[in-house]
Amino acid sequence: MIKRNLLLILFLAIVNLPSSSFAVEPTEILQNPQLEARARVLSKNIRCLVCQNQSIDDSNASLAKDLRKVVREQLVNGASDEEIFDFLIERYGDFVLLKPPVKPSTYMLWYGPITLFLIGLLMSVLFLTRRRKLAPEEPLTQKELDQLSKLITNRAED
Amino acid sequence: MIAELGHYALVLALLVALVQTTVPLFGAAKNDFALMGVAQPAATAQFLSILFAFAALTYSYVTSDFSVINVAENSHSLKPLLYKISGVWGNHEGSMILWVLILALFGFAVARFGVHLPPTLKARVLSVQGSIGVAFLGFILLTSNPFLRLDPAPIDGRDLNPLLQDPGLAFHPPMLYLGYVGFSMAFSFAVAALIEGKVDPAWARWVRPWTLAAWTALTAGITLGSWWAYYELGWGGWWYWDPVENASFMPWLSGTALLHSAVVVEKRDALKSWTILLAILTFALSLMGTFLVRSGVLTSVHAFAVDPERGLYILAILVVFIGGALTIFALRAPTMKLGGLFQPISREGGLVMNNLLLSVATATVFIGTLYPLFLDATTDQKVSVGPPFFNATFVPVMIPLVLLMAIGPMLAWKRGDLPAAMSRLWFAVLVSLGLGVFIFWVNADEPFTPVIGFALAGWLAAGTLKEFGDRVGLFREKLSQSLARARRLPRSTYGMTLAHLGLAIFICGAVADSAWRTEVVINAKESDKASIAGFDALLEKVERQQGPNYQLERATIVIKKDGEYITTIFPERRFYPVQQMPTTEAAIHTTFLADIYVSLGEGGKNQGWTLRLWYNPLIPWIWAGCLIMVFGGLISLSDRRLRVGAPFKKIEPKKSKHSGLENA
Amino acid sequence: MRKILYLGPLILFVIIAIYFAAPILDGKDPRILPSAMIEKPIPNLDLPPLVRTKPGIDNQSLTGNVRLVNFFSSWCGPCRTEHEFLMKIKETKLVPIYGINYKDKKNAAQQWLSDLGDPYEKIGRDIDGRTAIDWGVYGVPETYIIDRNGFIQYRHVGPLSQRVFDDKLAPVLTALRKQEND
Repeated sequence: MIKRNLLLILFLAIVNLPSSSFAVEPTEILQNPQLEARARVLSKNIRCLVCQNQSIDDSNASLAKDLRKVVREQLVNGASDEEIFDFLIERYGDFVLLKPPVKPSTYMLWYGPITLFLIGLLMSVLFLTRRRKLAPEEPLTQKELDQLSKLITNRAED
Repeated sequence: MIAELGHYALVLALLVALVQTTVPLFGAAKNDFALMGVAQPAATAQFLSILFAFAALTYSYVTSDFSVINVAENSHSLKPLLYKISGVWGNHEGSMILWVLILALFGFAVARFGVHLPPTLKARVLSVQGSIGVAFLGFILLTSNPFLRLDPAPIDGRDLNPLLQDPGLAFHPPMLYLGYVGFSMAFSFAVAALIEGKVDPAWARWVRPWTLAAWTALTAGITLGSWWAYYELGWGGWWYWDPVENASFMPWLSGTALLHSAVVVEKRDALKSWTILLAILTFALSLMGTFLVRSGVLTSVHAFAVDPERGLYILAILVVFIGGALTIFALRAPTMKLGGLFQPISREGGLVMNNLLLSVATATVFIGTLYPLFLDATTDQKVSVGPPFFNATFVPVMIPLVLLMAIGPMLAWKRGDLPAAMSRLWFAVLVSLGLGVFIFWVNADEPFTPVIGFALAGWLAAGTLKEFGDRVGLFREKLSQSLARARRLPRSTYGMTLAHLGLAIFICGAVADSAWRTEVVINAKESDKASIAGFDALLEKVERQQGPNYQLERATIVIKKDGEYITTIFPERRFYPVQQMPTTEAAIHTTFLADIYVSLGEGGKNQGWTLRLWYNPLIPWIWAGCLIMVFGGLISLSDRRLRVGAPFKKIEPKKSKHSGLENA
Repeated sequence: MRKILYLGPLILFVIIAIYFAAPILDGKDPRILPSAMIEKPIPNLDLPPLVRTKPGIDNQSLTGNVRLVNFFSSWCGPCRTEHEFLMKIKETKLVPIYGINYKDKKNAAQQWLSDLGDPYEKIGRDIDGRTAIDWGVYGVPETYIIDRNGFIQYRHVGPLSQRVFDDKLAPVLTALRKQEND
């Protein structure tokens, strides 16, 4: 089993294939399913730096594969999720994470939507309640009621 | 020759557009019917000229005229005919021709079918539409001319990117453009109304068919794109929150808000400023999308070439049109008559909240998509905003919206009775709770997301059906009477019910797929088997073959469940020699409840191939739900009232006796 | 008051438009990632040699004076483009260059150097690409400026040329050398 995997790895290392389509290869999968599951989740949060807009979990680029291996190696060595992210951030900067960290430079990003919602809510509530105050409803006079019924019957005939 | 004629046709279209912009506008100001009347023939002429240019370009592609640079760069003689044609819009220059074609098409349609529009409004609408045409035709002729020649002509072309040689992607751009270029008409109507100084129910009635058409097309276009990404790109994802996807999604969100807001203007003569603003905003987002996709400002690392010159031109168009529209808005909107009054708790109030939530949703996608750009411009820092961000911020906005979608229609206009509405929704509460509990029980170890997702979908579906049922008096009156009522209901009611139901079905699909999708990756040789979700997949054989313009490896996969034969599917790996690009064609077995999705990876006879299998529960409900929304839009469009196009004339109240009511 | 509120959308739009214009007018290439390793010490490395006549690279070999570290591969097109200029740097003794051969086959790399010339003082083989990851490399070619204490001071992504060198690298080198002499 191990020998076959080694042969496969060797083969893949020798054959210099152009990037085609897929991501996690059978040889990369960890034996421990919990660790493998963590690896997948972590990978989905790490950016493939040489791709248009993909995570290393989705991309088959050579760098993506290397980074996937790094993630799995560290998991096997007992690193926590945070430690793995820190490892990558130290070398590649915040850009490598697909979920931007919450720090002063990204407050507007993370708190923007909720802030806008609250401001909008305030404005809407003001708008809605102000309108109610604008014209108190007076009952119609008899004359107005007559004209109203006349108009309605006229319209019904249209 | 044909290409030159196409070129001249574009120049002609530009000149006609110039006339269409200036003369009717002047005529409207002077109330001169002759000058205003120029709009209609001008719009027709503009459309026909651009149609000719488009036909000329298509002809060059179909005949593989490689002396035309655009054809040489994007086509190849071996390409199948369908893709020779779709290659016309598979590149920047050609797709801009499609862009202005649809712009002119909408102008032509309003000119031809908007017979009941008052002359001044019509003239102004067509004038604004014409001005957009001037801007983009100028852009094409100055920076993106598809009719330039190459001398000497190459023997063959560089071929279209293999990823684009696909039926789904052939139709995706035209549909998408019908959508977000179509919103230009809502924009033109809005600006024309601001120039007129009047927004009234009649205006809302006239703008509705065009907005609805654009919205329906955009929904279809986005769905097509998403479905294409799913089956073509090879790993079964259907939405990546990619900037290009977001660029089409933002106008959709804003356009949905616009559609709903216009209903309030139409029914209650209220929310006028909001609606006008939404119309401007939606088209602004369309223009911004065009800008982002073509300027190269938002690329990721190691992506394609940046074209700053084109980017600047489109940005200039954006600034002139949106800046101009917003300036007129700032000047004119405050002077517009305030419309009908309503209580905060009312259907209007509900639609205000709807506007708010959809706007916040749009803003969330906007912030996420553009933040890297803003941060880089101000602080030189680079940050990545990917799906994890959007999932964390967008979804929470949708939750109150979906809750509202069932409550809103239950409220009356002007003054709604919330307790009564909520009590009518007992059915929805029941379904929602029931579904939530069921999912929880079936699925105890998974996170909470599917429970909430299905509960919401159930709430929406049941609430929508209950509202419809109440309208026809279901279970309150005899069935025959209910059916009679149903037959008399206007089509737009069916449209709304279908659209809301479609969304509920979509939510089910999206939640199920993201929560319960399973994946198996193995290395398989011929005769090896894999299992997924109770199914067995046998790799029978892998063959090498030759396609029209590619070579391929084709695997035969036999799928069985509990020994019973289900189907045989054929995933492929292709290699297109001209562009030196490999692609995958995944094999998908679709049932009502799920997809089995198989991808063939790299490998060979001796070492085996990498085989990836996915089981995607309820994923067909995603496309089904979206298609139902599209269908709902189409039904609404076929409403007799829209086709007649004539709302009843607004009866002017006599000033002397009713001034009290007027000064609202 | 209401009138000012109606100006809101316009003002917001103008601000956004300025942010759109900035990157275009700037002319900055959005594809380039700034290095996260600037002013950090070089990572630990101990790379085997590529050619018999030159030693491999370890931390020791990268300290002493200002030098360049160039990541290259024989299968990389732009590396071929910049190679002529690297040779020129070697000939004019502008600054010593140390090469790291990234994920390459030994024979192919040796052949490449013998065909095009060898501009490097020492060459190390990064066979699995791990060293590159430690440096924050995301593609080849990339060139780093290391100061005499072994700290990374600058990174250039993409092929070097005379122009790039004059505009970007030379100022950094001059500043670092001045520090040395102080």
